[in-house]
Amino acid sequence: MTIIDCARLGKRYGRSWALRDCSLAIPGGQFVALVGPNGAGKTTLLQIAVGLITPTEGTVTVLGCEAAGSPGALDRIAFVAQDAPLYQNLPVGDMLRVAAHMNQRWDPQLARTRLAELAIPQRQKVASLSGGQQAQLALTIALARRPELLVLDEPLAMLDPLARHDFMAAVLAAVAEDGLSVIMSSHVLAELERAADYLILVSKGRIQVAGEVDDLLSHHRLLTGPTAQTDKQAERMSVVHARRGGSQSHLLVRAPAADPGPAGWESRPVGLEELVLAYLREPGVAALPGPTADGPSRATIGPSKGVRA
Amino acid sequence: MTAATAPAPRPAARQQPVPWTGLAWVTWRQHRAGLTGTAVVLGGLSLYLLVTGLLVRGSADSVSSQTPKVISALVLLLPVLIGSFTGAPLLARELETGTFRYAWTQGCGRRRWAIAKLALLAGALTVTAGAFSAIFSWYIQPFIADGQLPALKPLVFGLHGVAFAAWTLAAFSIAAFAGTLIRRTVPALAASLAAVAGLELATTLLLRQHYLTPLTTHGGVPGMPPSLLSGGSWVLSSWTTGPGGRLVSQDIINQAEGRFRYSPNPAAFSAWLTQHHFTQWWTYQPQSRFWPFQLIEGGWLLALSITMIAVTVWLVRHAQ
Repeated sequence: MTIIDCARLGKRYGRSWALRDCSLAIPGGQFVALVGPNGAGKTTLLQIAVGLITPTEGTVTVLGCEAAGSPGALDRIAFVAQDAPLYQNLPVGDMLRVAAHMNQRWDPQLARTRLAELAIPQRQKVASLSGGQQAQLALTIALARRPELLVLDEPLAMLDPLARHDFMAAVLAAVAEDGLSVIMSSHVLAELERAADYLILVSKGRIQVAGEVDDLLSHHRLLTGPTAQTDKQAERMSVVHARRGGSQSHLLVRAPAADPGPAGWESRPVGLEELVLAYLREPGVAALPGPTADGPSRATIGPSKGVRA
Repeated sequence: MTAATAPAPRPAARQQPVPWTGLAWVTWRQHRAGLTGTAVVLGGLSLYLLVTGLLVRGSADSVSSQTPKVISALVLLLPVLIGSFTGAPLLARELETGTFRYAWTQGCGRRRWAIAKLALLAGALTVTAGAFSAIFSWYIQPFIADGQLPALKPLVFGLHGVAFAAWTLAAFSIAAFAGTLIRRTVPALAASLAAVAGLELATTLLLRQHYLTPLTTHGGVPGMPPSLLSGGSWVLSSWTTGPGGRLVSQDIINQAEGRFRYSPNPAAFSAWLTQHHFTQWWTYQPQSRFWPFQLIEGGWLLALSITMIAVTVWLVRHAQ
C-alpha cells in the first residue's frame, strides 16, 4: 500500500507556487523523512496529505485509495502539526477526553500508560507543560488514535536535544510495536539519519530526491582526489556536487557501491547527511524514481493504485 | 506487494462517524466557562426582575416607569453582547492559535465538528435568552398595561416575545461568521459588535415600521383621536390638510391660532378649523399587531442566522 500517492501536485498562494509538479508514490510500513530548506514546501505537502489544504492542481490519494481529507483518511491518519497545537487552557486529562470524543478509534489504555511513563500529571494545564512534554502529549494523542499513518510536521524544531532524543525514541518504539507508517519533516538531519527508511528532499517547491535510503546510499560515492584532475573526472561521471580545495577536492557522484573509482582517487560510501547536504547545495540536480533519473524505478516501490477500487 | 508491512487489517465496512454526543461534550467542555457566565448574569438579572416585579404588583401606588426604562435600555444591549462574545472566539480562536490544525485532522472531520459547535451553542444561547425574555415580559407587563411603555416602541419591543432570543441568535451567528472570515478574535468581536448594533439600529429606526402597512386615521385639529391615545399604538407620522385637502404646514395652524388667542370664545379656533376643513392625519401601527410584528422580526432573524451558520460551515470546509 502506498501511504501517499500524488501526481503533478501543485499548490499556489497568490502568484507564488509553494509546491509544483510533485509526483510521488511513497510505500507504506516505513519511516519516511521529508527534508528541505525552510519554505521549500514540506509543510504544504504534509498539509495536503492530511487534508488541511486542497491542492491547486494535480491529484493525491492516501493509504491506498482514500482521498486526502475524506472521512476514511481522517480516521486512519494522525497528524501532529508544527508546534504541536493543543488546547492550552485545558488540563491534560480533559485534553485527552476531548481527543477521545473527537475520534471513533481511540485507545484510552495507551494514552494513560504513555502519560504515566512520561510522568505528566493529568490535572496539569497543557499551557504549563514544557515544550518537550507538549510534543509528547501531542504524540500520545496521535498514537492513541491507533493510526495507520502518523504524519509529523517539524516535531523536533522547538525541542532541546534530550527531548528530541526521547521524542524520536517514542516514535520508533511505536513503529516497532504497531508497524505503522510514519512521515516526518525536519531540519534535524542527525536525528533522521538513524530512523529514516525512505528519503524525500524538497527544494523550492519541487521534489529533488525521493527513494529508499539504502538505495540512495548504495548508489552514491564520495570521491577524494587531486584538484587538478577534478574537471577531467567530473566530465566522465555523474557528479552531484563538487567541493574544490587547494590541493584536494571532494566529488559526490552517482556510482554503484562496487565501483572502485578512478585511479588515484579515494572512494568511500556516503552518509545520509552528506548526501542531503550535497543535494541541498545543488538544487538543479534531481534523483527521482522513474524513467527520468537513475535509481529505483517507480514500479519497484509498490504502486497500489486501484487495488482497493 | 507491501501487504506484509501493512498495519492491522481494517474491517471491510466503512467506519461509523464520530457520534454527535461526543462532539457535544467537546463543545460543552470548551465553552462551559462562557455559557456558565452567561447563565449567571441572566440568572442574577432574572432574580432582580422577579423580586421587583412582585413588589410592583404588591403596591397599590401607580408605578413610575423610570426604573424599567433604564433596565430596558441595559437589557437591550444583552443580545449583541452575549451573542458576539460567544460567537466571535468560537472559530477565530482556533484559527488564531493554530488549534484548527489539531481539530480539523481528527476523525470527526471539520464539517461535523463545526456543525456540532455552531448548532449546540446557537441552541443553548437561544433557549437561555428565550427563558430570560419570558421573565422580562412578566416583569414589564404592569408598565405596558398602564400605557407607560407601548409594547411596539423600540425600547420594549426587542425585550419581549421572541425578538430577544432571535437577536441573541443572530448576533451569535454573525459573530461566528465574522470570526471565520477575519480569523482573529478581537477584530472579529469588534466587527460583529458594530455590525449587529448597526443592524439593530437600522431595524428599529427604518425597517420595523414597514413590516405591515401602517393604518391611517384622521381627526379634527388639534389633538389625537382617543383610539390612538388609549391603545398604546406606535404613531409613525402625522400631518395636517387644509381646505381642499391640500397639505398645510404647522406654521399656518400656529398663525391661525395666534389670531384667535384673544377671542372671548374659547371654541372659536376649533370652530374655525372645522369650518375650513382642517384635518389632522396620523399613520400608526396598532398594539394589536405586536405578535405579527414579533413573528416577522423573529422569522427574518432566524433565516439570517441559519444562512450565517451555513455560510460559516461552508467557510470552514473550504478554509485553507
